[in-house]
Amino acid sequence: MTKEECKQVVLDIIAEIAPDEDLSEVKPEVRLRDQLDLDSMDFLDIVMELRKQHGIEVPEEDYPQLATLDSCAEYLTPKFNAKEAAGA
Amino acid sequence: MAGLAAGIRLAMYDRKVLIIERHNAPGGLNSFYSLEGRKYDVGLHAVTNFVPPTRKGTPLAKLCRQLRIPRESLELREQIGSRIAFPEHNLRFTNDFSVLEAEVAAAFPQEIDRFRALRQAVLDHNEFDYTAPAGSARDMLARHGLSPLLTDMLMCPLCYYGSARQNDMDWDQFVIMWKALFEEGFARPYEGVRVIIRALLQRFREVGGQRKMKCGVRWLHSDGQRVTGVELDDGSVYTADLVISTAGLVETQRLCSDMPPEAGRDNVGALSFCETITVLDCQPRELGWDETIVFFNDSERFHYEAAVDDVDLRSGVICLPSNYRYDAGQELPEGLFRVTALANFQRWAGLDEGDYRARKQYWYAQLQRSALRFMPELPAGTSLPAHTKAVDMFTPRTVKKFTGHLGGAIYGAPQKQKDGRTHLDNLVIAGTDQGFLGIVGAMLSGISMANLHGLK
Repeated sequence: MTKEECKQVVLDIIAEIAPDEDLSEVKPEVRLRDQLDLDSMDFLDIVMELRKQHGIEVPEEDYPQLATLDSCAEYLTPKFNAKEAAGA
Repeated sequence: MAGLAAGIRLAMYDRKVLIIERHNAPGGLNSFYSLEGRKYDVGLHAVTNFVPPTRKGTPLAKLCRQLRIPRESLELREQIGSRIAFPEHNLRFTNDFSVLEAEVAAAFPQEIDRFRALRQAVLDHNEFDYTAPAGSARDMLARHGLSPLLTDMLMCPLCYYGSARQNDMDWDQFVIMWKALFEEGFARPYEGVRVIIRALLQRFREVGGQRKMKCGVRWLHSDGQRVTGVELDDGSVYTADLVISTAGLVETQRLCSDMPPEAGRDNVGALSFCETITVLDCQPRELGWDETIVFFNDSERFHYEAAVDDVDLRSGVICLPSNYRYDAGQELPEGLFRVTALANFQRWAGLDEGDYRARKQYWYAQLQRSALRFMPELPAGTSLPAHTKAVDMFTPRTVKKFTGHLGGAIYGAPQKQKDGRTHLDNLVIAGTDQGFLGIVGAMLSGISMANLHGLK
């Protein structure tokens, strides 16, 4: 998985949990909280959906890694790839 | 409702969930019943926390997101307008805060700056912080220099819609209720509370949750550390990793096999209520009544305390469910005039059946008389009895019977348990006694406790 694909996975999850947010102009380097109306409950859901849909675990101490789309991609892409490799 | 919301959250993320309900109808404190072919709501005067769909970050928006229930499915329609009625002043309010602000400015011109400062303190406060210590709302208002009269007028609707504490509220709960009533507002689905319950049930089924109705919990067996088994009235026993109880804090403690029967005695709520429902042969607006809810008080000070007599007639709440902005062509089949007042549980609980009925009849009439003092005068030549088709009344005894709340205390225990924790590791409280208030608050309570203790 590329980092761009990973960002899309995260955006798809946000679209699902916050259908009332406009995601067409999300800036990857800006904190998601600062450009979208997302609170800690929504971030919990991002984590829960990553686990449910993709089997990716994000321990609570790593939640700050999900602050921006860029940081999500940095943190999650290796996890996705490790998972793919393990499954292959 | 808190239980359904918690159940949805857990089942959404693949927890196996069973909701156990003693009654045949779901909804708990906010439910409905049928009598002689009519459907009545229990509890619900209004869904508080109403905001237009464009306003984000409020409890209603959070709730819809967390449960993935579309806003539209709640079918909320806004109130027309409400009023706080005291002998010297009336304060009208709507779902637009500026109306209340203008009313305060007109009635209390010397206090408007202090009122605005108080509002800022409310807006700046994070009422969902589980770790903040409980404080007194009255102390806070006094610190802001509000007069006793304005304090009482603001406290009246907020207390009536959720305070379990006599003559005061926790500051947190004051903030929750201020936002729910004044910053956000009142709404109602045309078909009443059952629309919301239906939406929750449908979602709960969708995510694979299961329910067991008409079967209460008899015991929560424990080894002193954890709930080891949930024993039901039919004798069956279930085990669970996590038990979320919405039965009330003291009520739950007393279900635990390791607790004495009088556990939590100091934390049983003292405030109970009665409510009369008058079915009219016309719409209230034909009688000149076009407001949605009126909170009234006839005394120099507002007394929100356990009633000494069967019913305390000094204050109360009038609700006219017809007066919401329903869609064109939608009109409630019958006008309703509902009046709620503080009532004494002990006095009602001890009556035999004949006395009980007679007392209900007596207090029904008294309460109508009390409430009518605060309504626009009826057209000449007519009266409330002349327009009455049917009446019903619930008392503290009814509350106890249908909610199981000790002392008929609708708003539960005065000391809340904000993080939901109990003396057992896997037993958590949600709903009224966790401390979020109103229908939206109840659901958010279930969501928050499920998130905090069942997900993460």
